[in-house]
This record gives sequence, structure tokens and C-alpha cells, in this order.
Amino acid sequence: MSVDPNEKPFLPRGVRLHFDKVRDDWVLLAPERAIRLDDIGLAILNELDGERSLSMIATSLAEKYGAPADQVATDCVEFLQSLVDRRFVELRQ
Amino acid sequence: MTANPPIAMLAELTHRCPLSCPYCSNPVELARIDSELSTEEWVSVFQQAAALGVLQLHLSGGEPASRRDLTDLVKAARDAGLYTNLITSGIGLNERRLKELDAAGLDHVQLSLQGTDAEMADRIGGYKRGFERKMAVSEWISAIGFPLTLNFVMHRQNLHQLETAIQMAVDMGARRIEVATVQFHGWAMQNRNALMPSRDQAREASRIVAEARARLKGTLVIDYVPADYHANYPKPCMGGWASTGINVAPDGIVLPCHAAQTIPHLKFDNVRDLPLAEIWHNGSAFNAYRGTDWMPEPCQSCDRKEIDFGGCRCQAMALLGDPAATDPVCVKSPRHEVVAQLAEGFSSSGSDELSYRAQPPKLEPTTQ
Ligand code: SF4
Ligand code: SF4
Repeated sequence: MSVDPNEKPFLPRGVRLHFDKVRDDWVLLAPERAIRLDDIGLAILNELDGERSLSMIATSLAEKYGAPADQVATDCVEFLQSLVDRRFVELRQ
Repeated sequence: MTANPPIAMLAELTHRCPLSCPYCSNPVELARIDSELSTEEWVSVFQQAAALGVLQLHLSGGEPASRRDLTDLVKAARDAGLYTNLITSGIGLNERRLKELDAAGLDHVQLSLQGTDAEMADRIGGYKRGFERKMAVSEWISAIGFPLTLNFVMHRQNLHQLETAIQMAVDMGARRIEVATVQFHGWAMQNRNALMPSRDQAREASRIVAEARARLKGTLVIDYVPADYHANYPKPCMGGWASTGINVAPDGIVLPCHAAQTIPHLKFDNVRDLPLAEIWHNGSAFNAYRGTDWMPEPCQSCDRKEIDFGGCRCQAMALLGDPAATDPVCVKSPRHEVVAQLAEGFSSSGSDELSYRAQPPKLEPTTQ
């Protein structure tokens, strides 16, 4: 399954963002996994609401950070694809 | 040496279990029922674990549902900020209890599978109608919407069901399946004749897993533990001794791995006597094989020493009588031929007779 920018990504039940106080870092908690997030990863995941499409999210991130929109879109697809493959992110039409 | 904090805790809430799987990972000497930590003691363990840096809590057993306070424990763990995973056979759960666990915030369920039909599953688990019950539980789990992992323990007698097990996971809507070839510690050591897969079976399992992973990408995640007696390199046990994981036994004893008590010279501390952080950082059992300094040759100068950490200490103990030796599963081990001979001998034993695990004793023996 490859990520389509028109689909609406969201975190399914059992996958959640968590602030790790001991390591002073954000992590994504999922079954059997805890994934340390960098600022970009965290910014992307914070936008996922299952309401807005990936391309809408990319546009809003590009505006927020003053970055080129197609670059942001490519980064988002790449980042989310690996999470979709592991079933940490789901997509709806 | 200051160690990084652990990421995951395995809490063996009890050694009681309605099933009696012949490969159970519980120690042969099971914790007495009257020695189990109380609700308050477990709650304190969870709070200490979170403060120490644990993120993931695996609630296991025995059968964790045999604890009547399971829901309270889940709630306390969630309140402490932990990701809660229930590792269960399903026996002892009903729809009402699952709904309570849902309300308490349980994050994930891992359901064990002894076989893909009643005949196999009930024989391996040693529990009549267990399979039927498990199927009912799996329906409640998916109706509530818990994320689900199936956990299929494979051995010579059920390896031919691997394809079906993977399909069952898909049909149940599971996101993950763990297919783990039985690990030979504790109870399983007594059943090597009956459980050791053949080399061909081990190869076939790897092929099935590789194909299913490609076919089911994005649908089902497959975690696979191959048959290590037939492997060239050992498994990276616990991701390195005392590096990421910490186990607490039902009576509060803190272990670097669930089989650590098979190493006779190690001394283990108890959360009833010492803070968890103190045990993790300074406990002698935790420091015994932490890092790479303890390693003998050929590990010490091997470029895989940060990959598999010299393999499994308990396996080196079990097969060579020396827990500080290179895991003999490794082709570089001077004793590697021991494993090859054992694998060959046990897998062609021709006997399927199982010796089941026992139930934990109730009370301390009295002298009156
Ligand atoms: S392996 Fe079997 S007997 Fe052991 S705790 Fe799990 S279900 Fe119970
Ligand atoms: S020699 Fe030791 S470190 Fe190297 S592969 Fe074998 S077990 Fe691993």
C-alpha cells in the first residue's frame, strides 16, 4: 500500500504520542515499539487528525515553517510510508 | 558504569495459569501463590518503572487474568504513564472483564495461539475447550476494538499450521503476529524430544514468513523468531543483557530476563527490599553481563558483538554449563557442534509425548 496524498492519515487506536520525561523527548508508542521522534516527525504526527488529507497537511506545514510545499509533501509521504507499512499510521479515503 | 534506563518491563503478575503448555517460559520453580505481590506493591512497581524510564509495560504471567485485580493494575499503570500490553491466553477473560479493561485504558492485547484448531491447541495447552474459548475471546477483543497481536509458538508438532495461523491473524483483524519458534529454557528443556523442529521445517518456516511478509505488507506485521538450534548466529537476547528490558517475577524478584534464574551463581534482588532504580543500576545480576567487557573470545574481537551481544546467557548455561561462554548457536563458537548434534538428535527422536508444566504451589510447606 503506498501513501496517496489525497488520503487522510490518522493514528489508530493503540498508537499514541507520549512525552518521555526521563529522556526529555517525544516518542510514538505502539505495540511492542517506542519510536523516538525528531522535531519534523513530531510536527507531522501532530497534524494527523483523519479529517485533512496529507496534501492539506503538507501545505499547512509548509506555510508554518516557510518551506517549499513540494519538498514538505515529499518528506511527509516518505515519513508516513514507513509508519503505514508497520501499521502505526492508517489512512482513510 | 551508568546504564541507560530500561524501555520495557515484563511484569509476571502470577505464575498461575489454567493452561500447562509444555514450553512455558515460567521457571521450573514456580512462585508460590501466597508470595505474589499485592495490588499496592505492583502499583508501586509501575510508578517506579515509569520514573526510571520504562515506556512499555507487558502484563504477563502465567495468565494475568488469573489476578482478580487485573483491571486495577491496568488503570494504575496507565495513570503512571505506561503503555499497557496484556499478554494472555484469553482463558479467564469474558466480555464484561474486557470492557472493564477497555475502560481502564488497556492499550493492546497479545493473544497466544497454541495451534490453529481445537485438537492441536487443546492438546498443546493441556486444557479442554480452550481453543473454543479463545475464539470467543478474540471476537470480543475485535468488537471492542483493541489492537491485537497473535502470538503463535511453533515447534515440530504444529509448524505445519504456520500458514493457517497467519491467515487467522488476518481474518481476526490483528495488526501483528509474532511467530516464535519455541525457545529451549525451563519447561521446554524437558520437551526437546517432542518439540525440536527439523532443519527442513525450520527452513520451510523461514520461507513462509518471507513470502507472507511480502504479500501482507501494510496489512499484517510479522515478527519472527527462527529456530536458533538451526541458525548460524544467535539471537540478540533481550537486545543485550540489562540494556533495555527488566522483568519482575510474581514474588517481586527482579530479573534481567525471564530465564535468568537458571544461572545458579547470580543473586537477585527483590522490589520488596530495594528501590527498582537501585536494582537496575547496581544489582549484581544486572551488571554481570551488561555491556561488552565480560565477553570472551571469539565475541570480544567479533564485529557482531554489538549486534547479537554474544547471544543468550541462559542458553550458554543450559548447553555448556558456562553462562559467560559464547552462545554455542554461533558458528564461531568452539562448541558449535554440540548444538548441531542436539538439534539433529532431538528432532529425529520420533516421540511426540509431552510433559506438561505444573501449577504453582499454594502455600509454604508447613511442618506440623
Ligand atoms: S505458556 Fe501456556 S502455560 Fe505458560 S503461562 Fe502461557 S498459556 Fe500459561
Ligand atoms: S562470536 Fe559472539 S559476537 Fe560474534 S557472532 Fe558469535 S556470538 Fe555473536
